[in-house]
Amino acid sequence: MNTQRTSGRRKQALAAAAVVAGLLTTAACGGGNGGSKDGAAGFDAANNKVAQADQVKKGGTLKFVSTQDADSWDTTRGYYGFMWDFSRYYSRQLLTYKTEPGAEGAKLTPDLATDMGKVTDGGKTYTFTLRDGVTWEDGKPITSQDIKYGIERVWAQDVLSGGPIYLQQMLDPKNTYKGPYKDSAKDHLGLKAIDTPDAKTIVFHLPSPNSDFLQAVAMTSGSPVRQDMDTKSKYGLHPFSSGPYKFQSYAPGKNLVLVRNTNWKASSDPVRKAYPDKITLDISTNQADSDQRLINGDYDLDASQTGLGAQGRQIALKEHKDNLDNPVSGFIRYAVFPQSVKPFDNLHCRKAVIYAADHVSLQTARGGPVAGGDIGTNMLPPSVAGGEGQKYDPYKIATKNKNGNVNLAKQELKACGQPNGFKTTIAVRNNKQQEVATAESLQAALKKVGIDADIYQYDGSQSPGIIGSPSNVAKKKLGIIIMGWGPDFPTVQGYGIPLWSSKYILQSGNNNYALIKDKAIDGLFDQYTSTLDESKKTQIATQINHKVMEGGYYLPFVFERLLNIRSSRLANVYTTNAYSGYYDFVNLGLKSTK
Amino acid sequence: MTAPLHEPTAEAAPGAAEEAAVAATDAKAVQGRSLGRIAWERLKRDKLALSGGIVVLLLIVVALLAPVITDLVGQDPDAYHQGLIDPLFSTPKGSLGGLSGDHLLGVEPVNGRDIFARILYGAQISLLVGFLSAVVAVVLGTVLGILAGFFGGWVDSVISRVMDGLLAFPQLLFIIALVSVMPNQMLGLTGTGVRVFVMILVIGFFGWPYIGRVVRGQTLSLREREYVEAARSLGAGQFYILFKELLPNLVAPIIVYTTMMIPTNILTEAALSFLGVGVKPPTSSWGQMLSSAIDYYDSDPMYMVIPGVAIFITVLAFNLFGDGVRDALDPKGSR
Repeated sequence: MNTQRTSGRRKQALAAAAVVAGLLTTAACGGGNGGSKDGAAGFDAANNKVAQADQVKKGGTLKFVSTQDADSWDTTRGYYGFMWDFSRYYSRQLLTYKTEPGAEGAKLTPDLATDMGKVTDGGKTYTFTLRDGVTWEDGKPITSQDIKYGIERVWAQDVLSGGPIYLQQMLDPKNTYKGPYKDSAKDHLGLKAIDTPDAKTIVFHLPSPNSDFLQAVAMTSGSPVRQDMDTKSKYGLHPFSSGPYKFQSYAPGKNLVLVRNTNWKASSDPVRKAYPDKITLDISTNQADSDQRLINGDYDLDASQTGLGAQGRQIALKEHKDNLDNPVSGFIRYAVFPQSVKPFDNLHCRKAVIYAADHVSLQTARGGPVAGGDIGTNMLPPSVAGGEGQKYDPYKIATKNKNGNVNLAKQELKACGQPNGFKTTIAVRNNKQQEVATAESLQAALKKVGIDADIYQYDGSQSPGIIGSPSNVAKKKLGIIIMGWGPDFPTVQGYGIPLWSSKYILQSGNNNYALIKDKAIDGLFDQYTSTLDESKKTQIATQINHKVMEGGYYLPFVFERLLNIRSSRLANVYTTNAYSGYYDFVNLGLKSTK
Repeated sequence: MTAPLHEPTAEAAPGAAEEAAVAATDAKAVQGRSLGRIAWERLKRDKLALSGGIVVLLLIVVALLAPVITDLVGQDPDAYHQGLIDPLFSTPKGSLGGLSGDHLLGVEPVNGRDIFARILYGAQISLLVGFLSAVVAVVLGTVLGILAGFFGGWVDSVISRVMDGLLAFPQLLFIIALVSVMPNQMLGLTGTGVRVFVMILVIGFFGWPYIGRVVRGQTLSLREREYVEAARSLGAGQFYILFKELLPNLVAPIIVYTTMMIPTNILTEAALSFLGVGVKPPTSSWGQMLSSAIDYYDSDPMYMVIPGVAIFITVLAFNLFGDGVRDALDPKGSR
């Protein structure tokens, strides 16, 4: 036994040596395969502008890949940003976002409706008239009752959970309607807040005005659904199309194929161009593999628009830079200080952390200026009306104090009554490496001013019960929470109300982590929702942002940027602020139909 | 008074001294060398094992002196060097992972922490967990194995079934589950302390059946030997026989298994840190460095190679040394 075993073990050791050597070699020869300049539009060519619009040809197959499937393709239930973007292929709404690049793309335009609606009764009544010739995939006309039914489905949260509920909150804030499935009315159209006097007219009655109501109408959850086609919780497997494409096949978690809806008439749709004949979406669970195939051009776009992984990013930046766009997304990555955890009830202790942080290091931890984003200086995304970007920088985060200001931090600590620092805990999701890297950076910077921070990592899917539960946050003394947030629709209400309004402090699934209870901020939000004038709305948005920053509740890391890759086959490509800097899927075309 | 066997007394006559010296050599020849001495002689002849042993010693010294050494080269394992990082790719500027006179093994991507200092501090964690968990396993395994082998019957049945159960238990999954529900503070320890303590206990606990089986088997064969019979017939108690007669004869296999268990434990610790349930940041660990190196295997291969080589050298050195010790202690082993 002995001799045998000995030589066996030595062989093992040799084999291990060979493995290490092999590792060295593979590492050394990574990369290679030089990028071909096959008509790629150039770096940032589709960022806030249209790339290669003149080269588009009708026809061909547009190929998407994604590392995750949509949460649901049901127009009522989808909440993923890319699902909203993609859903324009098969669903229409009364209003939708303009198919224009950048900020212009965040503006609304009539879709099923003939105009932007007639507002009466001091902003409490909206009347829309439907266009002629709008049809379902079986050729029947889309009626105002179909739209009302589609919107009523938002109330059926017990069956159709997951989607945004802004329409319900604005039309029926007390939630008195029980949803179409529990509706005793014969036609299941019992919602009082919406009238359909005839098949072409729809009237909304709001209990109180809301200046962002049109934004809610334009959301995917405002799409029409026909009652005889409603398969309730299974509707997401085959939504009945009102747009230029319809579902041909769908295997959840595997692939989705859309083909032309022959009953859709271009004359009835001023928004959608419908260039390709067919649209496919493959779900690949392996990020490295899907990145590589995007880089190779086997796929045209990443549907989930989450950007390339670290490895793919490096290859693409070095060899395929002309296929990349680097738009600002609506997301801000930040740390937030729950006031329920001492000593963060004290403004000066919060400011001490803001000053102590090394903002360049945090930016690098997020991926640097390209993959991470610009250093964040305030809490309103630049893509949202009223956002000022780095121009508003009350703590000099991007300038004087960008590498941390130990002296100022110590002064604030003294003012806070903790001159020697204190102990606290940083809560961070463990599923993304950048998140943990920012926590480590903050930990290292805080150590310099005597703040001893322990890092608490948790499973991101458990967020609602861990950081979203104020009692748990207080119990575990999570003084610093690292998170990110993007707007549901590009206004201060769509971004900030869940974060900063005292009315949105919840016992579970809370997003107002700082537990902000500021009458001034609440008042500004009330003022915002009742103001219909756009420039006034923008001013109020700016004011709200200033109030939040003055409170020192947040340490912004970055105004996030995306680094997305598009294939060289694509034409008429542009990013839009309507979908947080994603490409506008609905009007993508191909240069060649092969 | 009998004549001294080993050394002549000072007062003895020169002739007597000579005589005594001869007697001493004779006695030596007759008495022979002790088992330990034989083993040491054999080990000294095994060059590979010896060099393994030297590397192990060196590693221990380096781990113990980590704070001193890092002070000498002027590096703090937790200090960020943002200026050494290319912000576009988050990788170190310069070739070979930012290797320079200041940073002997380069710096980490993203934050620019000194890899040399982190490797040294990582050695502390690896060796601490490797040794202490081996101690836990050896103590448990020896005591339970010897009891099972010596008493037999229901004692043996119970202990053997427990060992079978533990050997079949998915230990990695268990540790992952355990660490994620561990409180952040216990027994006066916090953060990394808790994690290290738990890792030592759990790795040790799941390791004892391996050594327990060997000890049980040896005990089974030893308890029927004549010298045990003799002791028993002289009226020796059971615990006397266990610990005075049997245990000394089990020392050789126990030492061998201990040296072989340590590298396995080091690898388990690395695997756990790799999976993110090891030590907490900013404490460094080789497994954790490997894990974060995955994203940069292409652009900064050095970052993956260095901790990989550190683990490799450590495990290899322990294995070579362990092999040598086994060969040395086992007279039947031929080469």
